[in-house]
Amino acid sequence: MKAVIVGCGRVGAAVAKQLVTDGWDVTCVDEDESALARLGAWRGGFVLGHALDAAVLESAGVAEADAAVVATGGDNTNIVIGQVLQKRWEVPCVVVRVLDPARAAFYEERGLRTVCPTKTAISVISEAVRATADTAA
Amino acid sequence: MYAIVAGGGKVGSNVARSLLAMGHEVTLIEQERGRFEQLETELGVVVLEGDATEIHVLERAGIARPPDIVLAVTGDDEDNLVISQLAKEGYGVPKAIARVNDPRNQQHFDLLGITQTVCATSGLLGLVEHEVPEHGLVKLFELRREGLELVEAQVRAGSPAAGKRVAGLALPEGSRLVSVMRGGVAELARGETVIRPGDQVVAVVKPGLELSLRRVLVGD
Repeated sequence: MKAVIVGCGRVGAAVAKQLVTDGWDVTCVDEDESALARLGAWRGGFVLGHALDAAVLESAGVAEADAAVVATGGDNTNIVIGQVLQKRWEVPCVVVRVLDPARAAFYEERGLRTVCPTKTAISVISEAVRATADTAA
Repeated sequence: MYAIVAGGGKVGSNVARSLLAMGHEVTLIEQERGRFEQLETELGVVVLEGDATEIHVLERAGIARPPDIVLAVTGDDEDNLVISQLAKEGYGVPKAIARVNDPRNQQHFDLLGITQTVCATSGLLGLVEHEVPEHGLVKLFELRREGLELVEAQVRAGSPAAGKRVAGLALPEGSRLVSVMRGGVAELARGETVIRPGDQVVAVVKPGLELSLRRVLVGD
């Protein structure tokens, strides 16, 4: 199975390493070469460039990818790249990180699979506080 | 008319100023504090501070009314794309016009259904090409929604089309000659019109067929 990881920050790099351990063929895309350091002893592919550049995505192998993870630092960049991967290259599984819960919900409704860490944090934190209140009571 | 202008840079602020002067209702959204304050001092309450890609900011600007038009003219193409999608798909804004800063991103706007775009670089290049007819085929105008473009070609002695009747040209399916200009006078192209060296012909063509059309008219 082949995966392309767009945005090789903390999240992207960790997902990439995990997938390689699971036996996936993984290629990372980042516009900053120093992102490679996050991958440690890396056995997968790495393409340097901006992922809105079609040539960069192509050389990362999106045409043959079974899955793509989009986790650059910008919500709107992720939203646009995610849709392009879905519509132009018909990547079967595209997961997009969106920090803003409102935009995540908007695009989720329109068929983009989004992961919103902010929303997760809100519910985990609220849950933790609620549990404390329950224990106190 | 009510217009939301997203992005208060040179483009956005000038468009907002002009629309206000024409008597239209405008909200101009600018994210950067210093720029916002400057614009607010000049234009007053019509300027709103915030990130126009955030739904709550757009809602404060009245996106739910909805406005007659949204102009997404920030310096960031992804932001402009998202603003246009939120406006059109989320709030049924009838018209959204997006600025394309990097012409290489035009394909993404097309793919994602943002058909009304403005790109200064492409526009400039088109004007330059128009002044340099040696290129063979010059794009005059793009009918984006119709999926057609108007192009112009300069026929020379030795061009494949020179000396032929329009009806006798093996034009690609999806293209048609519109007019032939000779000696400063343009005539509508008819089947019996004979093309001569020195003629400027205008054709309508589906995007992607430009090269085959060029081959028939002026050669490689």
